[in-house]
Amino acid sequence: MIPAQFDYVRPGSVAEACRELASDEDAKALAGGQSLLPFLRLRLAYPSKLVDIGRLAELKGVHERGDHVHIGALATHDEVMRSPVVNAGCPLVALAVAQVADPAIRHRGTFGGSLAHADPAGDLPAVALALDAVFVAASEQGEREIPAAAFFVDYLESSLRQGEILAGVRIPKLGAGWGFHYEKFHRTAQAWAIVGVAAAVRRSNGSIAEARIGLTNMGPTPVRAHAAEAALRGAELGDQVRRACAEAAAGTAPPADLHAQPDYRRHLAEVLTGRAVRAAAGAG
Amino acid sequence: MPRITITVDGIKYEEDVEPRLLLVHLLRERLGRTGTPVGCDTSNCGACTVMLDGKSAKSCSVLAVQADGCDVVTIEGLGTNGTNGSMHPMQRAFHEEHALQCGYCTPGMVMAAIDLLRNDPEPSEETIRQGLEGNLCRCTGYCNIVRAVRRGAQEMGRAVNTP
Repeated sequence: MIPAQFDYVRPGSVAEACRELASDEDAKALAGGQSLLPFLRLRLAYPSKLVDIGRLAELKGVHERGDHVHIGALATHDEVMRSPVVNAGCPLVALAVAQVADPAIRHRGTFGGSLAHADPAGDLPAVALALDAVFVAASEQGEREIPAAAFFVDYLESSLRQGEILAGVRIPKLGAGWGFHYEKFHRTAQAWAIVGVAAAVRRSNGSIAEARIGLTNMGPTPVRAHAAEAALRGAELGDQVRRACAEAAAGTAPPADLHAQPDYRRHLAEVLTGRAVRAAAGAG
Repeated sequence: MPRITITVDGIKYEEDVEPRLLLVHLLRERLGRTGTPVGCDTSNCGACTVMLDGKSAKSCSVLAVQADGCDVVTIEGLGTNGTNGSMHPMQRAFHEEHALQCGYCTPGMVMAAIDLLRNDPEPSEETIRQGLEGNLCRCTGYCNIVRAVRRGAQEMGRAVNTP
């Protein structure tokens, strides 16, 4: 289908882009467009104006910053996936981003766009949540930081305000001893996750010292599997880990759609969390 | 209406475009590049894949205004003068290996195949299958497609190595 009509502007700076967005509540920021354009084509969204931020150099690139990696909002999935800085500093991001959609979409789709889209079925929100990423929002007033736990508000809704754009994301580096895995269950190669699990695990003497687990598509926002994280603390690989991972779906409200009912999603979350935790712990 | 400059298959065009015009519609309806088909409405199928500044992109998921100043290569820009005798090695490999049945997905498959060789000029079967994951063949002729990509890769390697 052909999108409904909209105006188009291509501002030359972040400040100008924020001004455009602040002055019109129905305007939308356009980066790579790989989530937005399908929405427009299916007429699920009717923005009055697209503010094309796709060429703003200030929002590009991946930067090593000591205790964290700064990923510019406009870094493409392909760029993030191949970045030595990301692979060394936050391998879970590299693992997950390589599973986003397909190569052609990864060439155009951006890291920031996919997070700002706040789709709970997207792979990156759960990863950002598990890693306690910090979102940097830019507006005419300057920048503010939003912790990942406060960024995802509801289905396709973030805590970005009118006139704000996501400028970049800071991913804290986890020290030595951590292992990572992203486990995605989907029907076809480039489909969204029916359920996905992002796991970061620190091992100590054959047991799990600490685990962080983010769940994809288990509610209107990405969620942390807090109960399983607590149960995994000190758990030994084997039965104890298996029992702890059976808590993965506790407190979640997974959606029903043509792919899966909530009870099936809960079952998947438990099984996939087990796989993700074992893989992250280096135990296959 | 925004005016854009775009190079398609080596020819430079200046066009006034409505902001909502998709790149694939610019290519097909304004610039006559009907070799690039529209397959789906969901960015799933990859039939409309073109090279946008040297990397594969689904032209149904790019606005024409976003491609302002860019270089686009379609399936029609691969051969040296558009006749059978001058097909691109990857096109020839698809022909030789019978890698098409209805042919609808073929332009996108060929573009995605050439793209995956940028990162790996001698791809394994697994790499080829991964590289083509965004392109659907509803005749499900994947085995011959994978064979064709291997053959095309060999031919392209040879072409590069031949003085």
